[in-house]
Amino acid sequence: MATVTAPRPDSALAPRSRLGRLANFFYVRPRLALAALLGPPLVWLAVVYLGSLAGLVLQSLYHLDSFSGKVIRQLTLATYADLLSETENYRIVARTAGMATAVTLAAALVAFPLAYYMARYASPRRKGLLYLAVLLPLWSNYLVRVYAWEIILAKEGILGWFIHALGLDFALNALLQTPVVGGPSLSTSFIGVFLVFLYVWLPYMVLPIQASLERLPRSLLEASGDLGARPLATFRHVVLPLVMPGVVAGSIFTFSLTLGDYIIPQVFGNSSFFLGRAVYVYQGTSGNIPLAAAFTLVPILIMALYLTLARKAGAFDAL
Amino acid sequence: MIPAVRFSTVSRHFGEVKAVDRVDLDILDGEFFTMLGPSGSGKTTCLRMIAGFDTPSSGSLQLHGREVSGLPPYERDVNTVFQDYALFPHMTVGENVAYGLMIKKVAKAERQRQMEEMLELVQLPGLAGRRPSQLSGGQRQRVALARALVNHPRVLLLDEPLGALDLKLRQQMQIELKAIQKRIGITFVFVTHDQEEALTMSDRIAVFNRGRIEQVGTPAEVYERPNSAFVAGFVGVSNLISGPMAQTINGSPAMFSVRPEKIHLAEPGAAVPDGCFGVAGRIRAVVYLGMVTRYQVDLDGGGELAVVEQNLRSTSMDALAAQGRPVKLIWERQFASPVAAGGG
Repeated sequence: MATVTAPRPDSALAPRSRLGRLANFFYVRPRLALAALLGPPLVWLAVVYLGSLAGLVLQSLYHLDSFSGKVIRQLTLATYADLLSETENYRIVARTAGMATAVTLAAALVAFPLAYYMARYASPRRKGLLYLAVLLPLWSNYLVRVYAWEIILAKEGILGWFIHALGLDFALNALLQTPVVGGPSLSTSFIGVFLVFLYVWLPYMVLPIQASLERLPRSLLEASGDLGARPLATFRHVVLPLVMPGVVAGSIFTFSLTLGDYIIPQVFGNSSFFLGRAVYVYQGTSGNIPLAAAFTLVPILIMALYLTLARKAGAFDAL
Repeated sequence: MIPAVRFSTVSRHFGEVKAVDRVDLDILDGEFFTMLGPSGSGKTTCLRMIAGFDTPSSGSLQLHGREVSGLPPYERDVNTVFQDYALFPHMTVGENVAYGLMIKKVAKAERQRQMEEMLELVQLPGLAGRRPSQLSGGQRQRVALARALVNHPRVLLLDEPLGALDLKLRQQMQIELKAIQKRIGITFVFVTHDQEEALTMSDRIAVFNRGRIEQVGTPAEVYERPNSAFVAGFVGVSNLISGPMAQTINGSPAMFSVRPEKIHLAEPGAAVPDGCFGVAGRIRAVVYLGMVTRYQVDLDGGGELAVVEQNLRSTSMDALAAQGRPVKLIWERQFASPVAAGGG
């Protein structure tokens, strides 16, 4: 006997499983799906990032009582008055911003040719090797790499030995005689600080520039040449403007990382303060959390100013 | 007269691949010359060598009598309209068009004047302030054309410039390009894989296949008298007949081609007039295409021929009813053109 089951009219449409029903539920409610996906990261962003930033601003509006050494939890601008009245603080900001600018410019100059070669000329194999060479240092510990540079830059260090072997001692001495940036040895001068910063942040400049060069169609370069532009003119009028967003992205990394770092200026240089080191000392040694918080807002303001200027200069026009 | 472009046994090898293989070609001053061929046939490589983006592996390439192998693009009196237009995305339409003038340090006011004049020529007045991303494909095409022409090149190279446009726009641009070329009188070298485009626009066509030129001639010559099986098959639809069937029809087994529209469908008993060939067959399939109807006819002696007839008096009903009917195919002897075997 054959049993004939009448097909249920909705059998083809009804989802089979609970998961299927859930998928259908969200499929027809895209806004809800977006909210469900975006909600958790947004909450994380709001609480952890914006929340801590708000906490920072709040802290900076408190004040340290210099007699009792206790933080007085009353809103006041006294801490900012302290910050602005101390002339050494201006020097710290200028020193840090100057270093960050120098490191960023140098990183861009070193990274661009390397990125250009990787994006336009290197075979896939060679490009892979270069990627590895750029990224490999990031896999090892930051402190190890920083202290390794101590050995390289010290007075009797590897670089000094090498320069001596080449008979270039006079050049090194002349360099170290330079006012402000010079010093007794490479590792105790701003030149040393600069070299180590350049080394540790370079990958963050290479990768964004390389990525934006990859997206530059070859036909645009050909078109520029076709219209009479020599390679240098093509670089200036076509390559640079189109790769500028990548350079700016890289410079945000190198600039802000240099602004915030407090280890390299401690290990190298002549122990004059940089921003990060100042914040570290204020909140640690002297327990002046409000002043540390107020000082921390300085690099944030510098970055905001930098991005505004970059935008005004048209760095993001090609995005 | 010195040709605008002269290829003398030019080859271009990429490793083992012979992209261009011993090409000889003269392109005359002021003509609309088309390089036609399937992808990978070497036509684009030839264009890129004229532009200077690529260098011949061997042979000599001359522009207006001057050897240019090894000369960079910016030292050549040619300009290119790229397949993807290659407009600079960070510049306005006006800046794009004026780019070549800016590079040549033409004064700003003069630059502006010439740029506006060019946008007028390509029928885009008033769009100078837009960004390329705000334009349609057809408009970008025109900007690319204006950007090249503003430099007054002696030769304009066009690399499949109409490929990305829809049919209506493409047909319109074909007519406009031809009109512009007539007006300014410079040499156009046009690369395409679209045989219809080639036939419509060109003064002369070179048909490329596997890095070599199969045939050079006017559209009519290439279409009516293809010199190889490849050309016959690539330019339009063609019937190729060889062997015993060719022997039966015209007394020689050598291959010849005959275009489907040259063949006339007649009653099975019809007499073959003087100066004509005739062969009997049966209509196997009928494809009604509106303006014309295509018939696939099985020949009684084996093989098949395609026949195209205009629907001057017949309707689709009449045409479709012809299926299965015995017919006699008749065409004038002059339309059977001998072709060299081989090719692809």
